[in-house]
Amino acid sequence: MRDSLPEKTLRAAVLVIAALALFAPIAAGLWHSASAALGHLPALGQSGPSIGPLQDLFAQPGFATALRLTLVTGFSATFVSLALAIALAAFITNGPARIVSRLLAPFLAVPHAAMAVGLAFVLAPSGWIARALAPVLGWARPPDLATVNDAFGAALTLGLVVKETPFLLLVILAALTQIPLRAHISTAQSLGYGLGAVWLKVIVPQLWPLIRLPVCVVLIYNLSVIDMALILGSSNPPTAAVLIARMFSNPDLAQILPASAGAMLLGLMAAASIAALWGGGHAIARLGPIWIRRGGRGAWAATLFSAVAMLGAGLLVLGALAMVSLLLWSLTWRWPWPMLLPESLSFAGWASAMGDFGPALQNTALIALASTALAVALAVAWLETQFKSGHEALIYLPLLIPQISFLFGMNTMLLQLGAQGSIGAVIWAHLLFVFPYMMIALTRPWRGLDPRYARAAASLGAGRLRQLWAVKLPLLLTPICAAVAIGVAVSVAQYLPTLFLGAGRIGTLTTEAVTLASSSDRRITGVVTSLQAGLPFAAYLLAFIIPKIAHRNRSALQGAAA
Amino acid sequence: MSLILQDVCITPKSGAPLFAPLSLTIGLGQIGAVMGPSGAGKSTLLAAIAGHLPQGFSLSGEITLNGARMNDTAPQLRRIGIMFQDALLFPHLSLADNLAFGLPAQIKGAAARTAAVEQALAAAGLTGMGARDPATLSGGERARAALMRSLLAQPQAILLDEPFSKLDTALRAGIRAFAFDHIRASAIPALIVTHDDNDAAAAGGPFLNLGRQAG
Repeated sequence: MRDSLPEKTLRAAVLVIAALALFAPIAAGLWHSASAALGHLPALGQSGPSIGPLQDLFAQPGFATALRLTLVTGFSATFVSLALAIALAAFITNGPARIVSRLLAPFLAVPHAAMAVGLAFVLAPSGWIARALAPVLGWARPPDLATVNDAFGAALTLGLVVKETPFLLLVILAALTQIPLRAHISTAQSLGYGLGAVWLKVIVPQLWPLIRLPVCVVLIYNLSVIDMALILGSSNPPTAAVLIARMFSNPDLAQILPASAGAMLLGLMAAASIAALWGGGHAIARLGPIWIRRGGRGAWAATLFSAVAMLGAGLLVLGALAMVSLLLWSLTWRWPWPMLLPESLSFAGWASAMGDFGPALQNTALIALASTALAVALAVAWLETQFKSGHEALIYLPLLIPQISFLFGMNTMLLQLGAQGSIGAVIWAHLLFVFPYMMIALTRPWRGLDPRYARAAASLGAGRLRQLWAVKLPLLLTPICAAVAIGVAVSVAQYLPTLFLGAGRIGTLTTEAVTLASSSDRRITGVVTSLQAGLPFAAYLLAFIIPKIAHRNRSALQGAAA
Repeated sequence: MSLILQDVCITPKSGAPLFAPLSLTIGLGQIGAVMGPSGAGKSTLLAAIAGHLPQGFSLSGEITLNGARMNDTAPQLRRIGIMFQDALLFPHLSLADNLAFGLPAQIKGAAARTAAVEQALAAAGLTGMGARDPATLSGGERARAALMRSLLAQPQAILLDEPFSKLDTALRAGIRAFAFDHIRASAIPALIVTHDDNDAAAAGGPFLNLGRQAG
């Protein structure tokens, strides 16, 4: 019998593998970073504990400003995208939600760096918006305005909002299926409440507990983002995460100590931010009923929701323009000011870039496919053997800690294992961030599959593996393809894991795009970011097509297409 | 003064009308009933009257309440209450706050509002239970609370979408009597859709059978 392996042993084995693959690097990374933060780094002949690194950190020029910039951009981007996503959800659920959620796919697929470069193209003093305004305002040359890299972090906040709003919108649309939305809206409307008031008083309070974990993920991401902050943020002083990353990469190795202290500080700040978000949610849940009890029908809320949803739709259009501008610049030969479209087009940029960036393209594809394949295997093994649902926060863990807080420590661990700077190390680091998204994408379809299919197969003599291989995996082809596409998108977008674990030796389209973003050659930047966005787009397209072809004669499975 | 349906017909985007055009006049304090098997379009009819016709359906005919045409009025401005078979008390609010949700904002001041809610709780036989989580109430208690919440909003008409069908048979007659007594006391027109003959008999108002009409 193939099933002779006891269920318990199998479950324990998967748990051990997952712990070694996912939690050990994070724990070891945090440990090494924390030691270095306290002045203990034997490799540099330093032994602690000492508060020297912390003092050095605070002595960094502009550190206080950097911290403030981080908090302001991180929190405002999170709250704005949450508000936009909620207002958009209120309108979309009133109409054709399925079509709109399909239109969001490019926004989810596009890597942060590519979106940031595209937004810079559109927002820059010589960008599309200025070109459109030029004839009206009589600008003979691009205006002298800091529309990107501004000191207030406005461009960075905008970039984060454009990228995170569609993600939160999809999270909200998924969560709403757990609430009797229609019935609650009808009931509240029959009591005299308009749509905006219904959402604020009835829907959002029920929605919050379902979405606060993903909102925390967005908040932590926004507080610790590097690539977008390098492209759209101010450079002096930058955000805290960028400042710390610069210190880690400083040729003066002694900078590693204060950098580690900064990494730990950012980690603590992230933990405090999550606590604040959680506490704030509870406080509002306590105080909200006092407001609701007064029975105001809130006619103003309708205006508020329309205005916010229009703003959200406007920002999505801006994001779409940003994506188009990447491709357009990649094909541009001449595009003089203030023309709205290039004067002449050419494939010259593509021809020269394909040679220069071929290795980066190969690395990107290899890392994405390998980390996604490993993550799918691990996720399937986990879903097949672990049945407790209490592990949700544990699965989210890599997304709830700022990457910079443990990635350098993970690098130190790999250095000790002799695997530092290899492509394997980069794949491993990507796996940490691909796996949680894989679980998010697969858990519900997996748990929702009618268990009688596997039982029917078992009663026909199929062993555990054959039930999985011949019955469950084919039935779940659509969500698996969708999960693979998400995994590829997550991997392609990774910047810091590639930079740190690759020790600067493994170049991907993402690291190249970030380097190129500050260059003046928009054509080459356009080519590289188009390629960078093209990989996840192709993955999403395949994820849409493959189940359609595989299930073309299986009408019962067609409706399941995501 | 009444709820008047004249030649009301609902048609899906692609397909035949759900039922033949129907007309019904329900006076103040009267409870009309529409009967018919599942899928006859009873709930869709109520949704149309309340203003929640699902996407992809179109409405013809006239819906008039107290002389005002309702067809294009926003649902929250129609002042038509609706009760479903699931009581749909909001799970994030206490029982008292659910009732306060229905109470018009014109009743101002915490004391006055609390008193109005307490009175409604007492009328529903739920005295002292205001702080309870609605999820801990029995089916009958939830149904009575939901009706009270609807009536507190001072509707000009009330619609009942198979409101008793999920209750135990033993409870059903009692809750029905409670609901109908309160609706008649409010002197507003009411319309119940149901497939239980006893509901229609107890309503005692104008009566239509969708299944038979549609043939």
